[in-house]
Amino acid sequence: MTEPLLHGVIAEYVTPDGLVEACKKAHAAGYRRMDAYSPYPLEEAADAIGFEKTRVPLLTLCGGILGGLSGYGLQYWTNLSAYPMNIGGRPLHSWPSFIIITFEMTILFAGITAVVGMLTLNGLPQPYHPIFNHPRFTAASRDRFFLCIEAADAKFDLNETTRFLQATDAVDVAEVAD
Amino acid sequence: MEQVPETKASATLERLLPGQSPVLTPGHTLETITDKIVSIVLRRPVTLGWVGGFALFFGLMNLLLFAMAYLFFRGVGIWGINIPVGWGFAIVNFVWWVGIGHAGTLISAILLLLKQGWRNSINRFAEAMTLFAVACAGVFPLIHTGRPWLAYWLFPYPNTMGVWPQFRSPLLWDVFAVSTYATISALFWYVGLIPDLATFRDSATNPVAKTIYGLLAMGWRGSARHWKRYESAYLLLAGLATPLVLSVHTVVSFDFAISIIPGWHTTVFPPYFVAGAIYSGFAMVLVLAIPIRRFYGVQDMMTLRHLDNAAKVMLGTGLIVAYGYMMEAFYAYYSGNAYELFMFKNRALGPMAWSYWCLILFNILIPQMLWIRKVRLNPGLLFCASLVILLGMWLERFVIVVTSLHRDFLPSSWGMYVATRWDYAVFAGTLGLFFSAMFLFIRLMPMITIFEMRMLLPQAKLSEEVSAHD
Repeated sequence: MTEPLLHGVIAEYVTPDGLVEACKKAHAAGYRRMDAYSPYPLEEAADAIGFEKTRVPLLTLCGGILGGLSGYGLQYWTNLSAYPMNIGGRPLHSWPSFIIITFEMTILFAGITAVVGMLTLNGLPQPYHPIFNHPRFTAASRDRFFLCIEAADAKFDLNETTRFLQATDAVDVAEVAD
Repeated sequence: MEQVPETKASATLERLLPGQSPVLTPGHTLETITDKIVSIVLRRPVTLGWVGGFALFFGLMNLLLFAMAYLFFRGVGIWGINIPVGWGFAIVNFVWWVGIGHAGTLISAILLLLKQGWRNSINRFAEAMTLFAVACAGVFPLIHTGRPWLAYWLFPYPNTMGVWPQFRSPLLWDVFAVSTYATISALFWYVGLIPDLATFRDSATNPVAKTIYGLLAMGWRGSARHWKRYESAYLLLAGLATPLVLSVHTVVSFDFAISIIPGWHTTVFPPYFVAGAIYSGFAMVLVLAIPIRRFYGVQDMMTLRHLDNAAKVMLGTGLIVAYGYMMEAFYAYYSGNAYELFMFKNRALGPMAWSYWCLILFNILIPQMLWIRKVRLNPGLLFCASLVILLGMWLERFVIVVTSLHRDFLPSSWGMYVATRWDYAVFAGTLGLFFSAMFLFIRLMPMITIFEMRMLLPQAKLSEEVSAHD
């Protein structure tokens, strides 16, 4: 048997300051494959590990445009070609009446895209992730902050990375099995 | 006497710093917030009070099932509707329930965009309230069609009959508006729940609960990359829900305003319906929040500040509603239209005048007591005022639907409307559905958003030195 595979080295912090500072140091030291974990959104941590832009807004915009076009297109097609109906003598293409459904479909598609897009980009639902092998990790959804530098990083070296994380504000540094 | 013991801390602070009652009573940490909210669901035993309350409303919900079964068996003739009053309780209740839902979206979306931190402790259960209220509302259009098993004909789908819906009808707009609203509200609620479900998964000791919360949390681990996308999606949803919620009651008002019935055909309907929706919704928020904060001891998270703010929103929207009533009277007079004028006289002095004057009393006169600060800070009085407003807003829809229809253009086609016991049974049944769903929600889900409450803590913020860009 070979020795168990390593996911990375994880450091635990008590304050958001400690985490963000460590993230900045790690990024400056050249580490890239790493992730920070916090019990509430901490935008500075994402910025510090070099994740500054998300594609969720762009996806949502595309979803919204698609929804609006399909909403209007559906009404245009049904009224002008599939099933023309004379309602109170109005023109078949009475666009003001079509606006509301177009609007609702825009919102519906954009909203669904925002949620599905966010989950897909995040890789959720995810039944297994090695980070949960760390026995103290349940505190990440409670009151503690974590930084994990992954073994897949080009600069990763078990001893050196462990020493690097110990030099930060961490209260605990440990290895995480894959 | 009106202050229950647990609000003492809040009340003391209130005396020391008038008007500055905090959103979150000081002294909390990341740990205590988590523990407090988690323990309500995972550690607290089921009490007799909960069982009794749930049994009562669950019984009412069964009344709904019974009334619906009989309705499907006999047809809508068991209700009080007739010609000319073809729209009775079903539409009144539909508009009332949809309106109640609106406050949830206002709190969760609009107040988020306006950066109102106080919303963080009430948005979760207000969103749940929205979902359940929309579910109750959805019952009515379905069952009032007469042949509910064909309700899917409302949706555009290719069929062997070769027909398509009539897209110029406000009733079809309603189908799209309400179903979009229900979908977006459910998504918003669930997305907001994911991080808290992860907290539940990590805190649960019962393996079954751990598995269920784990499945629902979808493997959320609080990664910084995830949070970033999450925040982005959450904010976008709020931005989308804001125009949506305003559009929904606007479209509901179009059901009336697009017609030519005197009393319905006015341009003031959309804004005044939206304001009325928020008015009744906030009243329902208070009707739920005041007992919840007392029975679950969360007065430190839902403080007097929340009650005060909600009361102010009610006062403001209530005045918009009052303006709407005034405009209805003014239109009737200024239009010079004999039918409009008659409609208004009939509404105020006709056989249904009791409903109009009760409406003015409940919706306009009594709520003026909210101008008084002492009233806004008194949970008991506020609870009663909210009940009065809920009743008033229900009467408003009754007045609009029934008094406009029962005497229209031709005296030969006039009629009266009397609700039957089945009308009342269905309405009481939806109250049962709503409250039994709320009872279950409080016991099974985090009713206060844990991760957003953490963000209210001073220690959750970065010190300036670190957050300044280097």
